[in-house]
Amino acid sequence: MFPQTFDYTAPTTLDEAVKLLGGGAKALAGGMSLIPMMKLRLASPEHLVDLGRIKELNYIREESGALHIGATATHYAVESSPLVRTKCPLLAETAAAIGDVQVRNMGTLGGAVAHADPSADYPAALQALEAKIVLRGAGGDRTVSAAEFFVDAFTTVLNEGEMVREVIVPVDTSGVSYQKVPQPASGFAMVGIAARVKKAGGKVTEARIGVTGLTNSSFRATAAEKALEGTNGSAADIQKAAALVAQGSDANSDIHASADYRKHLAVVYTGRALIAAMGRAQ
Amino acid sequence: MATTITKTETLVGKRIRRREDPRLITGTATYVEDIQMPGMHYAAIVRSPHAAANIRSIDVKAAAAAPGVVAVFTGKDTEKVGPVPCGASLPDLRVPHHHIMAIDRVYYVGHAVAVVVATDRYLARDAADLLEIDYDVLPAVADPEKALAPGAPAVHPQWPDNTAFNYHQEGGDIAKAFADADVVVKQRITSQRLVPNAMETRGVVAEWRGADRQLNLYTSTQVPHLVRTLVAGMLGLEENRMRVIAPEVGGGFGSKLNIYAEEALMGFVAMKIGKPVKWIESRRENFLTTIHGRGHVDYYEVAAKKDGTILGIKLKIIQDLGAYHQLLTPAIPTLSVLMMPGLYKTKNVSADIVGVFTNCVPTDAYRGAGRPEATHGIERMVDILADELGMDPAEIRLKNFVANEEFPYPTATGLTYDSGNYAAPLDKAMALADYSKILQEQVEARKQGKLVGIGISTYGEICAIGPSPATPAGGWESATVKIEPSGTVTVMTGTCQTGQGEETTFAQIAADELGVDIDNILVLRGDTSIVQYGIGTFGSRATAIGGTALYFALQELKAKVKLFGAMLLESDDVTFSGGQVTCNKSGKTKGLAEIAGATYRAMKLPPNTEPGLVATHFWEPPNFTFPFGAHIVITDIDKETGDIAIRRYIAVDDCGNIINPLIVDGQVHGGVAQGLGQALWEQAVYDDNGQLITGEFMDYAMPRAHMMPWIESSHTITPTNVNPLGVKGVGEAGTIGCSPAVVNSVVDALSHLGVRHIDMPLTPEKIWKLANAGGTN
Repeated sequence: MFPQTFDYTAPTTLDEAVKLLGGGAKALAGGMSLIPMMKLRLASPEHLVDLGRIKELNYIREESGALHIGATATHYAVESSPLVRTKCPLLAETAAAIGDVQVRNMGTLGGAVAHADPSADYPAALQALEAKIVLRGAGGDRTVSAAEFFVDAFTTVLNEGEMVREVIVPVDTSGVSYQKVPQPASGFAMVGIAARVKKAGGKVTEARIGVTGLTNSSFRATAAEKALEGTNGSAADIQKAAALVAQGSDANSDIHASADYRKHLAVVYTGRALIAAMGRAQ
Repeated sequence: MATTITKTETLVGKRIRRREDPRLITGTATYVEDIQMPGMHYAAIVRSPHAAANIRSIDVKAAAAAPGVVAVFTGKDTEKVGPVPCGASLPDLRVPHHHIMAIDRVYYVGHAVAVVVATDRYLARDAADLLEIDYDVLPAVADPEKALAPGAPAVHPQWPDNTAFNYHQEGGDIAKAFADADVVVKQRITSQRLVPNAMETRGVVAEWRGADRQLNLYTSTQVPHLVRTLVAGMLGLEENRMRVIAPEVGGGFGSKLNIYAEEALMGFVAMKIGKPVKWIESRRENFLTTIHGRGHVDYYEVAAKKDGTILGIKLKIIQDLGAYHQLLTPAIPTLSVLMMPGLYKTKNVSADIVGVFTNCVPTDAYRGAGRPEATHGIERMVDILADELGMDPAEIRLKNFVANEEFPYPTATGLTYDSGNYAAPLDKAMALADYSKILQEQVEARKQGKLVGIGISTYGEICAIGPSPATPAGGWESATVKIEPSGTVTVMTGTCQTGQGEETTFAQIAADELGVDIDNILVLRGDTSIVQYGIGTFGSRATAIGGTALYFALQELKAKVKLFGAMLLESDDVTFSGGQVTCNKSGKTKGLAEIAGATYRAMKLPPNTEPGLVATHFWEPPNFTFPFGAHIVITDIDKETGDIAIRRYIAVDDCGNIINPLIVDGQVHGGVAQGLGQALWEQAVYDDNGQLITGEFMDYAMPRAHMMPWIESSHTITPTNVNPLGVKGVGEAGTIGCSPAVVNSVVDALSHLGVRHIDMPLTPEKIWKLANAGGTN
């Protein structure tokens, strides 16, 4: 459990960090995934750039109807921030479901997003929130949607030398819920469902469902969303919609859950998340 | 310093807080990893990535030339070191020569191939990657039943049938029992491989003092004296030139009741380089190379009368041994055979064990060691029989229990159960569970489509292991008690606790016997140069045997104290109690400190006595002890997901007299946690190529605090007459009683759907499938 020798730099500005990343260095945020991989020598970066001392990356603020969260905000910061809890409760609820207290005190939003573990919790919420992810590279910032950002297991649209700078989520007044089935050993999501529902005049006007853990990459279950929108949101409506969540998905399979069981859990937990979200919708 | 040390409060039986806890809780205890020495070197062990392969060549040049590296040794270099010992003997047992490192062939993933020694642990690890090893990969077999199939790859080429031994034992008339039966129930029941996962992994520091011809070996072990005898033998070193020290040991659960290759290897390295060397097992190595537990496939047949009377039990055990025999590997399933009748009085049994080699790390003792497997089997079979006959699971147990007046009870497998009152804990557990009410509730729940299960297990176990003739290395235990000139008391026990709390319980016993304050008592263990020879801590034996040795040593000392007290009081009518000797006529007293001082000052001695206050006792137990108990588990199953929620966990354990109820509760809680681990989550899974899929905590699901139910623990007390303390042992009870109670509960929840048995672990996916399809898995 000893990593290979590596260089370590801890810059204090974003520009310095980007410059080092451009030179082939690997970004280190909370280290909750990278460090164990290095200890097992599954990853052996030659140069680490520790983003932890860059103050301009660590913030949570509201700007023009959206929350802007810096890449190094910890899961605990997201979970406990009064701003996130009141203005985007789905993200706070999802952050609270990650790992354990120690992990949430160290791990960061930007690090988790960039790592793109197919069983990570955040992607479900970011999909459901239609979040935007701001990337910083040598050429400056670019902004992509969560749907574009997550490409495959551990694969994102991040280019060489690019890093996650910020995540933007809307100020959200929907009824929301994040429901996960933790893998019994790791605590990662075998299936995680983030649901948002808006109602008006007794009808569901908007439904958003983000799914993680089921397949190699998180996704929005648009067929299920559509099936729910315009209905009364009754138990039967929810069940019908939830049944579509895993349709056509190429579900993962391992010793903890077969593909069929994962799909089944996705349906069940979509139903549970939607019921909870519906209960909280205005 | 007070001249008298007296106290009147009795400590045995009280919930005394553990005296060892402050240093454990504050992280200030000294484990092997905390040993630092000038000139310390560090070892990194290069291990096979293949389960079976011939080693064509090893090129060490690059590694040997790497920065900081002082030596690289391969299996050829250590060829002359004696083999890793197997202490168990069975008729016609095939014992592969177990070199401390592989020489020309590797037999499991993790098999040590070479060791790199450097001045720094990082440099050692870096250099380990530079070894060039050319493997010719061979087909492997990881499943014991597949290993027995014709044409399976041979783990050891000289034994193509992969069979290490066949063992048969029977009692009574099994043919008649089955001929007379109204009903025979059969079931295949597995007890999966488990990884013991002590919180502290293994570790060794070896220091060779060449000028003194002295090897000091610090190792995380349950059996320091056995390590000294056996590792000295492996290294060709005179035993009195070796000192083994087990500093603080962070859990063992049987996995450190062993002699490991690395213990001899570090001794070898230290003697070669003339410098101290440290090896600390990584968690990854721990998964791959420390022994695993269980690994049974059992085929049961139970013959019974219509009224539920059990007539006979047939059992075939297929034991996954792994690639080698560790210290007790082949003996573990024989313990299952001994306990196969459980608490039931049937006299007709027949058991066969097939010990099977696989390309996996060896199995050996893990909390319960053979008895959890046996208890799981018989307790599942009794439920299956009850289901077949339409009887209540409690009723069928009560019908078959050995009756109170039958003790000492000779069993069908040749044991003598010491004492028992088997109905008592079951009655108590049923009362706590409000059994008839919960049965009624289950009926109502089923009407509403809800799944509620009630599971009972009534277990017996074989503890205080054991009489010497029944063990490979001696089954006695030793204690020395010294009263120092100032009156403080030092206890040296041959047991070697790894967290069980004997620093507290043994001090309670000594405090009561001598009538001194517990804070005047120091309990030492785990250093072969300080403590007289001992056997160690395992098999729920430390208090029942080690505590008894202590008790007898204390009696010898008390007699001597009394003799000196009488002399000082110039009376021959004296009493020793409350830490002082009192003249029964004059009422004058002499305190322990004053008497102790007089024994060392030795101005005058009573006739036929020597100066000093030291007594050593080696105690040989006349029998095992047989604790028992009843666990009842009530579960709620989520039919939609297969999730199991434990609504109530009731444990009523009878371990005889209790020295410290707080510690006994802790043992029950920890034992139940490990039983739940096996029942619900844990499994060591090898793929067909012998790769361990669950080789780290990301995939191997350990029970954790937030997964635990509330455990309602209580006791009945049936003392043993095997030892004067009346204690039986409790270290393994929770684990043994737990898994069948949980599985019985979940099977019961699904029984109306036609489910009769489910193999562990009870993953939600299995339960979901059964809850929605029925049948057996």
